[in-house]
Amino acid sequence: MKKKYDIIVIGGGPAGLAAAISAYDKGAKSVLILEREDCLGGILNQCIHNGFGLNRFKESLSGPEYAFRFIDELKTRNIEVMLQTTVLSMREDKTITAINSKEGVFSLKAKAIILAMGCRERSRGALNIAGSRPAGIYSAGTAQKFVNVKGFLPGKKVVILGSGDIGLIMARRMTLEGAKVQAVLEIMPYSSGLKRNIVQCLDDFDIPLYLSHTITKIEGDKHVTGVVVSKVDQNRQPIPNTEIHFDCDTVLFSVGLIPENELSKSANIPLSPNTRGAIVYQTRETLVNGFFACGNVLQVHDLVDFVSEEAFLAGAYAGEYIKKANKGRDAVDVKNGKNVAYVVPQKIDKNIDGNVKLFFRPTKMLKDCTITVKCGDEILVKKNKKIVAPGEMETLILTKEKTDKIVYEIEVLVEGDI
Amino acid sequence: MIIKNLTCIECPMGCQIQASIENEKCVDVKGNGCPRGKIYAESEVVCPMRIVTSTVKTDNGKMLPVKTSMPIKKAEIFEVMEKINQIKAKTPVRIGDVLKENIADGVNLIATSNIN
Repeated sequence: MKKKYDIIVIGGGPAGLAAAISAYDKGAKSVLILEREDCLGGILNQCIHNGFGLNRFKESLSGPEYAFRFIDELKTRNIEVMLQTTVLSMREDKTITAINSKEGVFSLKAKAIILAMGCRERSRGALNIAGSRPAGIYSAGTAQKFVNVKGFLPGKKVVILGSGDIGLIMARRMTLEGAKVQAVLEIMPYSSGLKRNIVQCLDDFDIPLYLSHTITKIEGDKHVTGVVVSKVDQNRQPIPNTEIHFDCDTVLFSVGLIPENELSKSANIPLSPNTRGAIVYQTRETLVNGFFACGNVLQVHDLVDFVSEEAFLAGAYAGEYIKKANKGRDAVDVKNGKNVAYVVPQKIDKNIDGNVKLFFRPTKMLKDCTITVKCGDEILVKKNKKIVAPGEMETLILTKEKTDKIVYEIEVLVEGDI
Repeated sequence: MIIKNLTCIECPMGCQIQASIENEKCVDVKGNGCPRGKIYAESEVVCPMRIVTSTVKTDNGKMLPVKTSMPIKKAEIFEVMEKINQIKAKTPVRIGDVLKENIADGVNLIATSNIN
């Protein structure tokens, strides 16, 4: 068994596939993808709904169709894939310890590593909801896997907490399969999902969306029998005497995604408290040399098209990295200004040629707003936008001419009406 | 003339569209960011259409993702779902393979994944 590779990609989902293709095309001779499931494609395999690839392919594809576009591309290249292989740990010297049923525990070494492990769902435990611990409570993604991959319907009467896209998609999916979705509850005064999903997943089926509402109690002994729902105030605290009761046999949680960075921690890769992914330069290289990150392990994306775009970038720079010695850094920080929750990349290396695309999210919904990128008092870019919301990622391009003007740090800020 | 507010579902932008309706026909569309929004609004006010995605069982026990090759009438979604749930696909199957011809109004049901 081969032990040394130019580039090892951890994760064979949309990010890993695009990163491997891109690194190979940049000249990396030996590229290996390590994937823990028994097939490539990652979460796309259970996302059977359409709407993927509108940017990249100008078509509305289902998740598996989008994945196979990349898997077919991968097969035309000499890229190795190890399935059902779990990475246990990594070291800063780019040694990987992995396990599978054929080889047992084994070590691999790479010149560069691309992190593409994706994200996981926030669980009930993270929300501290009172009540018993009956069966029938799932994360929306788990329910999605049961229905779409395993062919089981988890229940017939459903309440969904959180209006993230997966929750909305599952509201429609379970309705199509004969379940009654009683309500979708959102603690915020706005939905965190895409507007189109409110229309085609909820409105189309008359499923009510309760904004500024949350579950305050889960009932049931062995199996969930119902939930108590309360209206919340501006501080997201339940308001007494606003309780509504819903009977249900299933509760789904669609309350956010968290980048899966346990492995990154094992290699001492510094993470951002805002994205919970690695801190990166515009090349998507982390602060540990030779480790790159892309896709949902770096920042939770709304659209797979953006994941692929970011992964192509990371793969290309990883391919460059193994070819030539680093020029040395001339890096400036990118700060979160007013109303900005995070910006990726967090650092811009001025020694790297080309434009820099900034990805960011606002902290709240704002109307008639101005997005500004500033360096001290100098305005580098200014853009007007009708509406921004935390559920929709924003992008801005800084041309090389602008990045050359940066002295020590830049700030991205959004101003507008609430 | 009636003005109907719509959210376009053609892409993630979700444009807010104002469709002017006269004699049950769309006579003017405002707020659309691209030509697809106009087509969407014109269809939405007369007869809403949707692509249906689901799964069918296969002869090897795995679930096969499927979709209607074109949008079908929104009002017929549950009828189509009933037909979809009767289908058992033969493996191997490839993306684009037709699983049922004319599942509604000349629209076919096709596979959206490969199973060997």
